[in-house]
Amino acid sequence: MLLAPAPFVPALFAPALAVHDLNLLIDGAAVVDGVDFAVASGEVMALVGESGCGKSLTAHAIMRLLPDAVRQGRGRIELDGENLSALSERQMRRVRGRRISMIFQEPQAALDPLSTVGAQVAEATGLPRSQAREAVLRMLAEVGISDPARRIDQYPFELSGGMCQRVMIASALIARPAVLIADEPTTALDVTIQAQILDLLRRLAVERGTAIVLITHDMGVVADIADRVAVMYAGRIAETGDTAAIFAAPRHPYTALLLAALPRLTDVPRSRLAVIEGRVPAPAEFPPGCRFAGRCPLADDHCRAEVPPLRDVGSGHLSACWHSEAVR
Amino acid sequence: MRPRISAGIWIILALIVLFAVAALLAPWVSPHDPLRQSLLLRLRPPGSATASAGVFPLGTDDLGRDLLSRILYGARASFAVAILSVSVSLVVGTLLGLVAGWFRGWTATLIMRFVDAMLSVPAILLAVLTVAVLGPSFVTLILVLGFTRWPRYTRVAYASTLQVAALPFIAAAEMSGAGSGRILLRHVLPNIAGPLLVVATSEFGLMILFEAGLSFLGLGIQPPAPSWGSIMSAGRQYVERAWWLTVFPGLGLFTLVVCVNVLGDWLRDRLDPRSAGR
Ligand SMILES: Nc1ncnc2c1ncn2[C@@H]1O[C@H](COP(=O)(O)OP(=O)(O)OP(=O)(O)O)[C@@H](O)[C@H]1O
Ligand code: SF4
Ligand SMILES: [Mg+2]
Repeated sequence: MLLAPAPFVPALFAPALAVHDLNLLIDGAAVVDGVDFAVASGEVMALVGESGCGKSLTAHAIMRLLPDAVRQGRGRIELDGENLSALSERQMRRVRGRRISMIFQEPQAALDPLSTVGAQVAEATGLPRSQAREAVLRMLAEVGISDPARRIDQYPFELSGGMCQRVMIASALIARPAVLIADEPTTALDVTIQAQILDLLRRLAVERGTAIVLITHDMGVVADIADRVAVMYAGRIAETGDTAAIFAAPRHPYTALLLAALPRLTDVPRSRLAVIEGRVPAPAEFPPGCRFAGRCPLADDHCRAEVPPLRDVGSGHLSACWHSEAVR
Repeated sequence: MRPRISAGIWIILALIVLFAVAALLAPWVSPHDPLRQSLLLRLRPPGSATASAGVFPLGTDDLGRDLLSRILYGARASFAVAILSVSVSLVVGTLLGLVAGWFRGWTATLIMRFVDAMLSVPAILLAVLTVAVLGPSFVTLILVLGFTRWPRYTRVAYASTLQVAALPFIAAAEMSGAGSGRILLRHVLPNIAGPLLVVATSEFGLMILFEAGLSFLGLGIQPPAPSWGSIMSAGRQYVERAWWLTVFPGLGLFTLVVCVNVLGDWLRDRLDPRSAGR
């Protein structure tokens, strides 16, 4: 389990995590509707979209820990080719933290205030305390915590936010999971720390061959670290493809507007995507056709009547828009 | 920074420790055998001494037994009953509260309705009835108090568990594959221990009173074994001739219970986030 980092060969045809046609319902409304994506080992895939578009629910569905109000409809989640929906709850518990891990937005709140750093990081190893300590110390060093021998016995309140997030990452990765889901891991941190944590995630993905799903609503973060990106709007994937391709030539009006809103100077605080006219419709008011129609400058009657399917617009770049060729 | 512990609290703590040590060491510090009767030495006032038997610092009772020794052994009974019954009810009540707060739904409804029902019956009545049915003995006393006093812990554990379960670090523990049992014991329990400790402290004082009350009524510790309640009960007939028989055990009871309650209030103020920073 805790081997030295092996040279990593990307598995191009077998994704570590694949989500097929995921549908999540709240009171019958599909708040997540037909979401598809896959992430390969060593790859960072960003799931980006405005607040409430269903990013966190998608992550929770992958972990099979949905809130009581949310029900999963259709959908299949595969981890290394294994269908997770077929597992019992007991088997699923052994997947969490060992084969798929998750970290969150508020690192300080995500740590038990009464457990030491060492105890929390050791939790996912399942090793007895004495043996775990060595592994924990190595892991703390690997996530860039200086003086791990001192930090290991400290409590969360003694650490800064950035340090807490490093501890969370250590605890998430110590069991060498195939997949790490990071739900806005840097939103609560200030800009310099944010950059450090993103660098760390990037490095760990490459060194350990971890597939990372990075949830964010910040296109700047996407540009910084994602190999690929899936843009979500109101529970559906609007556009997906290589980060470079999408940033160079977005083929969905929503993505184009997000990118237009991105500040050019990197030292300006990043946009929070709140700059597009109008707001996301509530799940109960989702229109029958394209969910972006209410805010889209290119919308016509066809858009309002029929759901645009995700179509290939060139070498793995997909867009769910009837007028994708008109976007510029 | 945490506020410093005040001098008053140190005194309270010292008094409680003094009582506890006296109870623990009763067999070694008692001047006399608490059960040894002597018809010639009946109702001697505090401080009396005889050439053959020595000094009776707090006097003797109606059977000529040394009052100080009986009070020391009585403190033993008080502490034993309070510690054991608080332990039983703390464990039972906390487990039920953790389960109700974690699983919610019908489990919680069932447990919390039962709690409401238990709390609507006067505790002392329940205790008296149960002892009357089972017959008085030390074990009965522990069982009766232990199994009637758990609902308060359940209420507190339930409410605190609901609060703690909603915190992000619990979700994080679930995400890392911990099961319910592990989460409850490793992450929830330590984080709700404060409020439970406050209840346990106030219950501790109450259990000392209950033991004295039940023994006073003849339903607790059985004579000739000494208990503050039964000493006072026996001394009742001699209030005018031998005031010391009611005053000294009464004073002990009063001091100990007040100390424990003050400690409980202080703990509550310190641990209650609403009164933090005052
Ligand atoms: N526990 C819940 N009960 C009911 N509705 C929920 C719950 N959690 C989320 N929702 C709803 O589901 C939808 C998607 O929520 P989700 O948390 O996945 O959004 P998000 O994309 O992660 O947004 P954010 O950027 O704000 O984190 C929202 O409309 C939200 O109101
Ligand atoms: S399908 Fe129509 S409404 Fe939807 S994004 Fe494309 S142009 Fe806009
Ligand atoms: Mg979210």
